Amino acid sequence: MGYLHRHRQLTPYLLLAPGVLWLAVFFLVPLGFLAYQSLQSGNIDFGYAFTWAWGNYWNAIRDYRGHFIRSLEYAGIATLLALVLSYPVAYWIAFRGGRWKNLLLLLIVAPFFVTYLIRTLAWETILSDHGVVVNTLQHLHILAPGGRVLATSTAVVTGITYNFLPFMALPLYVSLEQIDHTLIEAAQDLYASKWKAFLRVTLPLSLPGLVAGTLLTMSSSRSSWS
Amino acid sequence: MTDVLTRRQLLHRAAAGGTVLTLPGLLAACGGSTKESGSGSTSSHKLAKTLRFSNWTLYIDTNNKTHSHPSLQQFQQKYGTTVDYTEDINDNAGYFGKIQGPLSRGQSIGRDIIVLTDNDRYLSLMIKKGWTEKLDKSAIPNMKNLLGVQQHPGFDPNRDYSLPWQSGMTGIAYNDKLTDPILSVDDLLSNPKLKGKVTVLNSMGDALSLVMLSNGDDPAKVTDQSFNNAIKRIEAAVHSKQIRQFTGNDYAPPLAKGDLAAAMSWSGDIAQIGNPHIHWNVPKDGGALWTDNMIIPKGGDVYTASVFMNYVYDPKVAAEIEGGNPKTGDTGVYYISPVSGARQELLKVNPAIAKNTLIFPTKKMLSTVHLFDNNALNNEKYLTAWQNLISG
Repeated sequence: MGYLHRHRQLTPYLLLAPGVLWLAVFFLVPLGFLAYQSLQSGNIDFGYAFTWAWGNYWNAIRDYRGHFIRSLEYAGIATLLALVLSYPVAYWIAFRGGRWKNLLLLLIVAPFFVTYLIRTLAWETILSDHGVVVNTLQHLHILAPGGRVLATSTAVVTGITYNFLPFMALPLYVSLEQIDHTLIEAAQDLYASKWKAFLRVTLPLSLPGLVAGTLLTMSSSRSSWS
Repeated sequence: MTDVLTRRQLLHRAAAGGTVLTLPGLLAACGGSTKESGSGSTSSHKLAKTLRFSNWTLYIDTNNKTHSHPSLQQFQQKYGTTVDYTEDINDNAGYFGKIQGPLSRGQSIGRDIIVLTDNDRYLSLMIKKGWTEKLDKSAIPNMKNLLGVQQHPGFDPNRDYSLPWQSGMTGIAYNDKLTDPILSVDDLLSNPKLKGKVTVLNSMGDALSLVMLSNGDDPAKVTDQSFNNAIKRIEAAVHSKQIRQFTGNDYAPPLAKGDLAAAMSWSGDIAQIGNPHIHWNVPKDGGALWTDNMIIPKGGDVYTASVFMNYVYDPKVAAEIEGGNPKTGDTGVYYISPVSGARQELLKVNPAIAKNTLIFPTKKMLSTVHLFDNNALNNEKYLTAWQNLISG
């Protein structure tokens, strides 16, 4: 203790050390290893050797450009959808949830207690060609008679949106919950309409959550579709 | 059963993405090589205490209650050698990645027998690189029971290094509740009644074999032209929305459920589903045949492994592995046994399975199935083009 007391400025670094070490071992090392491998050239018959083969990246982009673009496209749409869907929900829970707040939050997180794979398989059953959903959509002429939902881009994007919705909703909720209500009241006292108060006060104050949610959703959905 | 599905699916997925497989390999190589194991190749005629056998999941006879493997227990009783049986092979590429590190450094991988597939590049690569031990044929008199079609494969013309474990056929399955019989690739890819109700396998060798045969080309000798023609044909069916999806064996549930009317598929899967409405057939212009082969990796115990191979080539044992035994509650593999005489033995024990032509195909069926060109499986240009097509 004596040493630490004398070198108080060391404390933050010591506190950081376990985390940094963890990241270094389990994140930086594998990442470096991958980077090293990505610059190798050769083939499976004769083995690979490190040759600063920057061309690998060019080849990857040339051969799989379409896939990269599509990944971004799907992730972008899914993130936007998640935002539009979860903002009102988070808003309502934060401002109107009252004593039901915790229960409502639990409901948002509840699907996460079941693994991703099982949930996706469940959706496959629900959306199958002879299922209730497809039959209803066909009945309402939203889908053509032979139309289907599974194995379409729409199914992929909505599936991703569903799976990552809580990543958007929870950060949004946290930043909305922290907003000081008196600020909104003050805005209205100063003759701001409800809409204007929202645009000028609530929305900017919820930006941190919006950014965090967007980053979380975008990066997870970006990597779940290739 | 789902495990078997996963196995084929993984196999084909991994085969397609050539670059993914080196990382696990290197990680495995870093993660501590195998402990002390059989000291180099042993050609002494003495049985080891244990035989270390790596196989694919759900790929041997299994008792439904005890989950033990009767054929392996009987081997132990007969020879006093315990079989250390590990179901740790899920796909050829992944497994090769795991073992290539130690093997390239001349280390043993702690296995006496492993099983790899001939319609992927790694089996022939193992033999070409000298990473397999020569079989002790003097210990395998039952090798005479090996089916004729299996005796001279291109990767091992005299069967000096490998023996088949099981085979499977690639053909077309259809659900008779939803469609008339689908008996040709032509029908599968262009019958308007099947639009959006068809899947094609994502394994290059399987899918291209069938399409090339339908184009009148030889899948055993792929040329740029026959490759491009086959690709174009499949591409057209994708654009016309005939093909719903490219799949591993995940075609099985939707086929049973009725989301699919017909699917390019593997015989063993359909035999396992056992649904009376789902029929499987070799397409009119021919189907594909693939075989999983036992090999002895460098450093394995040659004599013990050879004695084991001899044991499983006994028609009685082969029948047990293939069809199980309803009386004792054993389930078999339900793929295709390479051992002639297995069917006659199984007729006594489990006639229903012995008469199933998916498991014991007729001579006529076998004469219409083809092997895929091994060189094409190693052609990076083809692999990339295929990968782009199935994920486009």
